[in-house]
Amino acid sequence: MKGGLGMLRRVGAMTVDGIWRLGFAMRFFAAVLMYSGQSLRRLHLTVREIYFSGVLSLLIIIVSGLFVGLVLGLQGYETLQRYGSSEALGVLVALSLTRELGPVVAGLLFASRAGSAVTAEIGLMKATEQLKAMDMMAVNPIARVVAPRFWGGVISMPLLAALFSAMGVFGGWLIGVVVIGVDDGAFWSQMQAAVDFRYDVMNGVIKSVVFGIAVSLIAVFEGYDCSPTAEGVSRAITRTVVTSALAILALDFVLTSFMFRGQ
Amino acid sequence: MMSRATLDLWVGFFVALGCAALIFLAMKVGNFSGLNSVPTYVVEAPFDNIGGLKVRAPVKSAGVVVGRVAGIRFDAQRYRAVVRLELERQYPFPRDTIATILTSGLLGEQYVGLEAGGDVEMLSNGETVAMTQSAVVLEKLISQFMFNRAAETPAPASK
Amino acid sequence: MSISLVDPSPVVSLRDARFAYGEREVLRGIDLTVHRGQVVAIMGGSGCGKTTLLRLIGGQLRASSGAVEVEGRELAHMPRRELYALRRRMGMLFQFGALFTDMTVFDNVAFPLREHTDLPPGMIRDLVMMKLQAVGLRGAHALKPAELSGGMARRVALARAVALDPMLIMYDEPFAGLDPISLGIVGQLIRRLNDALGASSIMVTHDVHESLLIVDYIYFVSEGRIVAQGTPDEIRASSDPFVHQFVHAEADGPVAFHYPAPPIDSLLQEVRP
Repeated sequence: MKGGLGMLRRVGAMTVDGIWRLGFAMRFFAAVLMYSGQSLRRLHLTVREIYFSGVLSLLIIIVSGLFVGLVLGLQGYETLQRYGSSEALGVLVALSLTRELGPVVAGLLFASRAGSAVTAEIGLMKATEQLKAMDMMAVNPIARVVAPRFWGGVISMPLLAALFSAMGVFGGWLIGVVVIGVDDGAFWSQMQAAVDFRYDVMNGVIKSVVFGIAVSLIAVFEGYDCSPTAEGVSRAITRTVVTSALAILALDFVLTSFMFRGQ
Repeated sequence: MMSRATLDLWVGFFVALGCAALIFLAMKVGNFSGLNSVPTYVVEAPFDNIGGLKVRAPVKSAGVVVGRVAGIRFDAQRYRAVVRLELERQYPFPRDTIATILTSGLLGEQYVGLEAGGDVEMLSNGETVAMTQSAVVLEKLISQFMFNRAAETPAPASK
Repeated sequence: MSISLVDPSPVVSLRDARFAYGEREVLRGIDLTVHRGQVVAIMGGSGCGKTTLLRLIGGQLRASSGAVEVEGRELAHMPRRELYALRRRMGMLFQFGALFTDMTVFDNVAFPLREHTDLPPGMIRDLVMMKLQAVGLRGAHALKPAELSGGMARRVALARAVALDPMLIMYDEPFAGLDPISLGIVGQLIRRLNDALGASSIMVTHDVHESLLIVDYIYFVSEGRIVAQGTPDEIRASSDPFVHQFVHAEADGPVAFHYPAPPIDSLLQEVRP
């Protein structure tokens, strides 16, 4: 009985704490947006962050995209050839990538590669009083440090997701057409016939933009909000990766249920 | 820290690569208008019934893809479907070619099949394929089959 | 204190300033004045509220009651924009320098100039080199903060703090963790820069001997109150028990060695069967 009450109390405390943090994060988001104009006017700050979150994530995105495509090609062929429709391999690979795997897996990789780095950087700046020093120099840290990192992530994410999908399709083609020997023309033509630009490709892009906003916001918020110690920074990094992953998967469900209602 | 110019270069490269991937997804993976740079010519083929034929479906002859369905419209005068076929210029077809709507596999996707005739004159851009064969509609096939069976075995009441 | 009658415009003046983190009262009524050209030290044991006091003056924290004025302007309800305008004329040296780790020494010192002025790169270069020359580190301009020793980092941070020629410079524990030589160098720099810029300086520290050499006036803070004050000579001659304990680094005195606890006898009796 007592254990049950304690558990209930913990659940309550967690809920209250969660809601409090969510509200705090939203206020922080508003502040980031408010100071975005200031920092976007100095574009080189954002360009620098695109380098750190985008260019440095290129390798992992390209390699994983390729491998996901290879696996999709193998598994898809395995299943499709039972029904004698191995030409539909292109459709399977392209649809899974553009609709779901591209944005979701690229988002998860982005969160663990770039998101964690952003959290670590901001957290470390907080722990070593660099943010306070900036504030004392009459330079707003949200405008100078946080907003460029946020926008760098938001811009990088859709490009990375598109690259991931493209590499995946290439990987599927490599396995299906080059290795297994599915007809090249059928592979592409069936794919093109089945993949609609607006319905499939654009919705995937929209998803990746939403994930980019979510992951970037979580990353900068966790960094800015962490307790200024070595332990606090490392916990913030963990939280960034975990929260981002949950946010991506939950948002993906919500977006999918709005976008694809069986056409 | 690398210089600003190098950084800009890398970011430019990254953005260009990302945009190229997007264009690839739009053009090559999706059906955002044909990217086929192969020269083509267009012919029209009226059908009584196109079944489930879709735009961008392949046009095949002897099993080889020779073109694509560029458009489908309804001819309100003759109550027929007019299918625009975009054929590759390297495959000329005689004027008495027969266009048929076929299905790949039992329930697979539908495509247009071309069967070449013996005419010496070839189809040119904008011409019409006169001889066509409509799609087989499964429901019609089944009902036909059932009526035929009914006709073959006369009802006992009539005897 | 009736200083305001003597000097019509003190740079910093606190009157009965109080501050609390939630329930915990950190400052319990501080009266403090800094005049133009002065170097003032605020001393006290660890955790006595010295750093909080500095943050109050920098506008990073707002006093819960009482007045905090910088250049005759009350900070309590100052909007952010005005506060930032005021801070451009303040320099602050953080405890461990707080240099931007992703920039070189040069870029660190150039940071406030680039953020707040539209000077051409050539002029920024000259100004930065001048400031670095003043702290003796012109040769280290291309190094990263990670490559500097503690004392050097402190000097770079000092150059950065004075990059915009501030009227008020604040130092949070400028001597913490420095070897005796670096400590002497930083101490001399604080005095020299203050006089060269015609600025005023406030220094939070617990290093008595170095401070006595360079400052004009000293405040002793204990448990959120000012318990003693005076010029270095007055402090040296003081018979105040707190000052005596502090200057002579005695373990026990008005600042108790023991954290408040019930007498040890009671504990021992409890343990006994």
